[in-house]
Amino acid sequence: MALAVGCRARPGKSRDNKTGSWRVFKPLFDHEKCSKCGMCTTLCPEGCINEDAEGFFDPDYAYCKGCGICAAECPKDAITMKLEEK
Amino acid sequence: MLEITEGSHAVADAVRLCRPQVVSAYPITPQTHIVEALADFVANGTLDAEYITVENELSALSACVGASAAGSRTYSATTSQGLMLMAEVVFNAAGMRLPIIMSIANRAMGAPLSIWNDMQDSISLRDAGWLQFYAEDNQEATDLHYIAYRVAEDKSIQLPAFVCFDGFILSHTYEPVDTLTQEQVDTYLPKFAPDERLDAKDPISFGMYATPEYYLEFRYEMDEAQKRAKEVIHKAGKEFATLFGRDYSALTEGYLLKDAETVIVAMGSICGTTKDAIDEMRAAGKKVGLLKVRVFRPFPTEDVKKALAHAKRVAVLDKNISLGAKGALALEIKDALYGLTIPVKGYILGLGGRDVRKSDIKEIVALLEKGQGDQFIGLRKEVL
Repeated sequence: MALAVGCRARPGKSRDNKTGSWRVFKPLFDHEKCSKCGMCTTLCPEGCINEDAEGFFDPDYAYCKGCGICAAECPKDAITMKLEEK
Repeated sequence: MLEITEGSHAVADAVRLCRPQVVSAYPITPQTHIVEALADFVANGTLDAEYITVENELSALSACVGASAAGSRTYSATTSQGLMLMAEVVFNAAGMRLPIIMSIANRAMGAPLSIWNDMQDSISLRDAGWLQFYAEDNQEATDLHYIAYRVAEDKSIQLPAFVCFDGFILSHTYEPVDTLTQEQVDTYLPKFAPDERLDAKDPISFGMYATPEYYLEFRYEMDEAQKRAKEVIHKAGKEFATLFGRDYSALTEGYLLKDAETVIVAMGSICGTTKDAIDEMRAAGKKVGLLKVRVFRPFPTEDVKKALAHAKRVAVLDKNISLGAKGALALEIKDALYGLTIPVKGYILGLGGRDVRKSDIKEIVALLEKGQGDQFIGLRKEVL
């Protein structure tokens, strides 16, 4: 794809930047403990935690940087950070 | 029409005729008279533009970046400390490929504080991606604004440009200047019509984020645009000459150059003084000539090499210094002549408004003939 002059971009281009590759610790979501409060998706700085049809939450690992804010803030301790082997 | 007018006012008038839609600037000596005049034009209705008053130069150029990205022909002017306060935005404007034109009334950099002329300010931003034009007199200073807009807005270029002229020496000097009519400028300079612009109904962002996989290529493309600008400047100058009779098609200009054994290379108003000194040295039998560099970015390396190929020795005058190295023009000339055996010496002079006289030029030629150079000229040894 040819570069856009002046690095100009239409909306949505940031999706091309898969920030999941930055991750060292991976958040694992335990739906058994989850109370569906939605704190994780509210506080996720990447905006990459999505709600499914049943109301549970899961991160999109293509973009999750592994910052751990969701795990630190989860009132039910339903999210654990695990060192990721690459 | 030929009028005797102050350099700043002649430049302001030329800018008015270019029909900028947004002007944003902060007054600073010796640029002040330009932006005062433009503010008057807007206030009295002779220029249909938005004049955005701001708290400093950083905001002035930032306002221009936004306005240019929104599709407006945009103008600013500054000098010295003001230009340095803008520096971050100077690089960004070029990277976003916004054809903003900015007049630089060249002034020395502090500290120590100096309001007087040298070229350290614009030269220090030579790597920012802006085209850089340098004027010898007020006629050239005004005409280069028309040409700068034509070249900068060319779809194959899309880069901003400095039009530089020596502070006070040109900006505050009254000389005869032929100002074009609105009809003439409208013929030469079409309306600014960028392909992409900020529009809430059709969103786009400028100057986005580039990862290491892309950044190098963006810089390459800017460098390619600079190189293409040589031909575009040539064509824009040629058309200007056809329409109005003054020829700026060459990026360099010779004076008694063809048979010259000793060639002086210089930029800006110092070229006038040098021509007078050359006339006197010619009368005394010395074959001296001048190569004036009008466009510093893109640098006309091939033109310089061709123009100086027959010279026996070359003196380069710099009203700037890359401290710890040499003057910026001397470095370029040495690069252009690399591999040839012509001796090239650089001379630093006129810093912070020190007058450069014909006698200084003659002294430089005498030093060059003795093989001496790469030094300051006119140092007051008694204060060192």
